[in-house]
Amino acid sequence: MLHSKMERNSILLVIGILVTIAIGGLVEIVPLFTIGETIEKVSGVRPYSPLELAGRNIYIREGCYLCHSQQIRPFRDEVERYGHYSLAAESMYDHPFQWGSKRTGPDLARVGGRYSNDWHRQHLLDPRAVVPGSIMPSYSFLARPLQVDNIDQHLKTLRIVGVPYTDDMIANAKADLAAQATPDADTKGLLARYPKAVVGDFDGNPAQVSELDALIAYLQVLGTMVDFTTYKPQYAANPESQP
Amino acid sequence: MDQAMIGPPIPYEEEVVRKLVIACVFWGVVAFAAGLFIALQLAFPVLNLGLEWTTFGRLRPVHTSAAIFAFGGNALLATSFHVVQRTCRTPLFGGRALADFVFWGYQLFIVLAASGYVMGITEGREYAEPEWYVDLWLTIVWVAYLVAFLGTIMKRREPHIYVANWFYLAFIVTIAVLHIGNNLSVPVSLFGAKSYSLFSGVQDAMLQWWYGHNAVGFFLTAGFLGIMYYFIPKRAERPVYSYRLSIIHFWSLIFLYIWAGPHHLHYTALPDWTQTLGMTFSIMLWMPSWGGMINGIMTLRGAWDRLRTDPVLRFMVTSVAFYGMSTFEGPVMSIKAVNSLSHYTDWTIGHVHSGALGWVAFVVFGAVYHLVPVLWKRSGLYSLKLVDAHYWIATIGIVFYITSMWISGIMQGLMWRAYDDLGFLQYAFIETVEAMHPYYVIRALGGLLFLIGALLMVYNIWRTVRGGAMAEQRYPMPKPALGVAE
Repeated sequence: MLHSKMERNSILLVIGILVTIAIGGLVEIVPLFTIGETIEKVSGVRPYSPLELAGRNIYIREGCYLCHSQQIRPFRDEVERYGHYSLAAESMYDHPFQWGSKRTGPDLARVGGRYSNDWHRQHLLDPRAVVPGSIMPSYSFLARPLQVDNIDQHLKTLRIVGVPYTDDMIANAKADLAAQATPDADTKGLLARYPKAVVGDFDGNPAQVSELDALIAYLQVLGTMVDFTTYKPQYAANPESQP
Repeated sequence: MDQAMIGPPIPYEEEVVRKLVIACVFWGVVAFAAGLFIALQLAFPVLNLGLEWTTFGRLRPVHTSAAIFAFGGNALLATSFHVVQRTCRTPLFGGRALADFVFWGYQLFIVLAASGYVMGITEGREYAEPEWYVDLWLTIVWVAYLVAFLGTIMKRREPHIYVANWFYLAFIVTIAVLHIGNNLSVPVSLFGAKSYSLFSGVQDAMLQWWYGHNAVGFFLTAGFLGIMYYFIPKRAERPVYSYRLSIIHFWSLIFLYIWAGPHHLHYTALPDWTQTLGMTFSIMLWMPSWGGMINGIMTLRGAWDRLRTDPVLRFMVTSVAFYGMSTFEGPVMSIKAVNSLSHYTDWTIGHVHSGALGWVAFVVFGAVYHLVPVLWKRSGLYSLKLVDAHYWIATIGIVFYITSMWISGIMQGLMWRAYDDLGFLQYAFIETVEAMHPYYVIRALGGLLFLIGALLMVYNIWRTVRGGAMAEQRYPMPKPALGVAE
C-alpha cells in the first residue's frame, strides 16, 4: 500500500509532507491577494508622513504591539470604547501590520486626536503621573534626539514593497520630517503631500526633533485618516463608487 | 548502550547531543527566569527599571524566543539527533563537523536574536521578531540541520522510517517553509538592521498567523510529538499503542494544523470566509490531537504502575495529559463566540502556558532526565527523589499559572463588555487593569515555582554527570524497548 512505500522512502515522505501542508496555506492566503473586496475602497488613507513613519518604527522597536492592539472588533462595547471598527484599508500601508494580539493596555487603533500632545508627553515620560493604576513602563528615554538620517531611504524601501510614495515625497522626506515637528515651520508642502498630518511641537521642546515628537505624531494620526461621518461600507454591489 | 546485541557498536555522534542537552537546560533556565521577571513587571511596573533595555516590550520577545526557540529548539535538535541515529542504526550524516556547525550556528542565531531584541532590533511580528540578517543566518543553519537529519534517514540500516522521525521531518520541513514565507522583507540598507515586510495589513496579518499558529503546530507540537513517540515507548518499555493510529494521527495533524491560523484574527478586518475556515479546521484539529494523546498515554497499558515508581515517566505522561487538555481548550477558544470573550485577554496567555509548560517543557524534562544517564554513560540519575520534587513543584506552579490566567482573562473580558443599568460601559479600561493585579502576583508565583523546579533539575543533572555514588535508586535504567524500531 501507499503508506508502506512512503515510510520506506524518505524523499517520497518529504514530498508527501510538503503537499499536505501546502494546501491549507494556499487556499487561505492566495485569495486574499486576488479578491478585490478584501480591502474596502475608502478615501483618506495615505502613506505615513516621514515623522509619523519614524514614530511608527519607534512603536515597533519598543514592542508596543505586545500590550496594545490596533484592531477594533465590531462589538457594541468596543465601538463605544474605541470608535468605529477597524477597516482593512486602514492598515493597507502598514509594513508590517501592528494589529496585536493582547490588550494589557487599551486598543490604539483610533487613539489619534483623543488626547493632547501634552497628555501623551506626560504619559510616556511617567505613565502613573497621568493614570495612577497604569502598569506601563516609563519611556522617559524617548526625550532624546530622533536619529534617522536616511528617512528618504526608508520611503524608497517602502515604495518597493508597494506604498505609493511619490518622487516628490522622497525628495522632501528630510525636510518634511523636520517641518512637522517644528513650530512655525512652512508646512504647506507637507500638508499637501500628507493631508491632515498633525503639525507642531509634540514634546514640549521646540529646539529639537525628539523620538517623543515622532512617536506622538504617529499616535495622533492613528485611526484619523478615514472620515467616518461620510464613510459608507462599500460592498461588492458598488465597489467603484469611491476612488 | 541500547544498540543491537550483535556486531560491533555503531559509532553514534553523541558529543553534539550532549552539548545540545546542556544548551537546552541552560536556555530553559534563562527562558523561565525571563518569564518570571516580565511577569513581575506586570504586577510591579517599577521593575521596568526606567532603562530602555529592560522594559516589558523589549524583554517579552527575549522570554518567548528563549522558551520556544532556545529551550524548545535545542531540545528538538538534541532529541532528533539522538532518535534519528538510534532508530536508523547509523551515525549522524555529515559527522562531527556538520553537527557542530548546526550546534554553534543555532546558538549564534539565539544570541543574535536576543541581543537584537534588547537593543530594540525587531521586525515587530510575534514569534518572528528577528530582523532580516538573523533570518538569513537561521535559514542557512536550518538547511544544514535538514541535511544532517534527512541524510541520516537516507543512509539508515532499517527498512522503515520510525514514526518519531516522520514528526521530526514534518517539523523541520514545515518550519523552513513558514520561516521563509513569513520573513519576506526588504532591508532599508545592507548595513542596517531595519527592514520592511513585503506584505502589509490584512495579507501580512494572515501570513503572520499562518506562521504563528504553525510555529505552535509544527515547532511546539509535531516536533515534540516526535519526542513522545520515541521516549514514552522507550521509557515504558512498551511498543506504541497503535501503529495505525500513528499514521492517521500524523497525516491528519499536519494537514489540518496549517489551516488554523485565522482563529488568531477573529472579528478583525480579515474577511469572514477566512475566519470561518480557520475556526472550522481548528475544531476538526481536536480529533487528531486527541488521537495522538490516546496513542501516547495508552502506550502505558500494562505498565501503569510505573507512574508511581518512575517520576521521569510521570513527567512524560503528564505532558501528554496537558497536551490533551490544551488541544481541547484551543478548539474551544477558536469558536468565534468564545473567542470574542477570550481574545486580547490573559486567557490566551494561560492557554499558551498550559501547552508550553505542561506539554512542551514536561516532555522535555522527561526526555532530558532519560537521556542524561544514557549520554554520559551513567547507571542512572543522581536522585530520583529530586526528580519527584521537581515534578510536584513544577506541576503546582503550572496550576497556579493557568488558573490565575483563566480567572483574570475571563474577568477582564467580561469587564470590558459590562454595561451598567443606564446603558453606559460599566468600567473604564484602567479599572480592568487594576483588577488584574492579584492574579498577576499569583501567576508570578507559579512561574517562580516552575523556575525552582528547573534549578533542581540543573543540580540533579550536574551531579549525575559528575558521577560518583548514587544517592538512591528506585528505578533501574530501562532495557531496550520491545517492538520499537531501534
